[in-house]
Amino acid sequence: MSTAQASDAVVIGGGLVGAAIAYGLVRKGLEVVLLDEGDVAYRASRGNFALVWVQGKGDGQPAYTRWTRASASEWPGLRDMLAEATGIDTHLQQPGGMHLLFSDTEVAQRLALLERMKLAAGNHGYEYRLVEGQELRDMLPGVGPKVIAATYTPYDGHVNSLKLLHALHRGFVAAGGRYVPNTTVTGASAAPGDFRIDTAEARYATLRVVLAAGLGNRELAPHFGLQAPVVPNKGQVLVTERTKHLLPMPTVCVRQTDEGTVMLGDSKEDKGFDLSQTPDVMATIARRSIDSFPWIGQLNIVRAWSALRVMSADGFPIYEQSRRFPGAFVANCHSGVTLAAAHALLLAPMIVAGDLDPMLAPFTADRFDVPAAA
Amino acid sequence: MFRLRPEARAAVRVTVDGRDVSVPEGASAAAAVLLAGADAIRQTPVTGAPRLPYCMMGVCFDCLAEIDGVPNRQACMVPVREGMVIACQRGARVIDPEAA
Repeated sequence: MSTAQASDAVVIGGGLVGAAIAYGLVRKGLEVVLLDEGDVAYRASRGNFALVWVQGKGDGQPAYTRWTRASASEWPGLRDMLAEATGIDTHLQQPGGMHLLFSDTEVAQRLALLERMKLAAGNHGYEYRLVEGQELRDMLPGVGPKVIAATYTPYDGHVNSLKLLHALHRGFVAAGGRYVPNTTVTGASAAPGDFRIDTAEARYATLRVVLAAGLGNRELAPHFGLQAPVVPNKGQVLVTERTKHLLPMPTVCVRQTDEGTVMLGDSKEDKGFDLSQTPDVMATIARRSIDSFPWIGQLNIVRAWSALRVMSADGFPIYEQSRRFPGAFVANCHSGVTLAAAHALLLAPMIVAGDLDPMLAPFTADRFDVPAAA
Repeated sequence: MFRLRPEARAAVRVTVDGRDVSVPEGASAAAAVLLAGADAIRQTPVTGAPRLPYCMMGVCFDCLAEIDGVPNRQACMVPVREGMVIACQRGARVIDPEAA
């Protein structure tokens, strides 16, 4: 093994979370090494639905709503920065988003949820409204007769998430970052502000380490006095052939991409690390999509896949600096696209400063600790 | 570039972008496109680049064509039929959202 290669920060995980943080760190002038696993990794960053989504997120945890809103607000800045640095257009659109409702019960539950969130948001405000009848049909061409209403919030949008990942990697390298692909962390040792990260090929010595390895964080975190109790949650996605643009804004389950394909998704299954696609779930997704927009039934499905969300027990992210080994940070979430701007432009500067803002205090992993029985 | 094999099968008449062409029974619509000598059978939806059939085995999607009025069909996967009308697929498919 070669002698240790020194840097200001090592980010473990080259997906959207790690790449966004690493990009934010090099922009602040740090020398950063980004370690990315090979294709054996689960790579949620390549299977996601690419929404920049706010509506309904953070029920019971207003700090998550604020963090999500902050990221959505920072997103145009990130887009411009990446476009300037890399020439890559991430195709951000933020026209607002719709959540479709199929029954009176769903309408009542949704309105109660959004009203609760509005109250919790207090002075930050939380705009939403119920859209029905002709206005709904004007806003969403070809919406199906089974859709009785939809809730609209102005904060939502979507991007091309593969271009986002590409742009983050390219921007990171262009700013002087060192990207190391196809490498797996085999060991680590920690002292405050002095970390050694071992891979099969090299040893890295660093002042800071950021764990952004998605589901892999669970194994890595204990090396650094941290914990990352995250589990996989499977989502399946169907993609149609390209059509001329029809959908002016995304919904949670159906969105039309910048290049014209229509993505159908939002299944949720707890099946461990099983990535198989199943006809029953695919049929359910297709049926609900046609109920939402009957014209989707005319389109051919050209691709389908499944991927694993990185879920904590309460669905909220985990951000924490190790108390035992300051300089070690953990970052986990299931919304690497939505939160990319917050990670690059808000979280990375906190990591440089060595101090996470109190706004992130609700996201430490000790919230999952179960008190020992008396 | 393309010549019929000597054991020629019965011929089927189809049109490729308005041009009549005679192709062996059992051949694919993509083969008809190549026999017709068309310059392109589709324009890509994103950049408008011209394309002709390529893999001939259902993988590359470069032979997408409008066949008998149905857009975006993989021409290499569709056997020819007497009177079949094969037309260029120009850009993305157009759907009438109210016609479903």
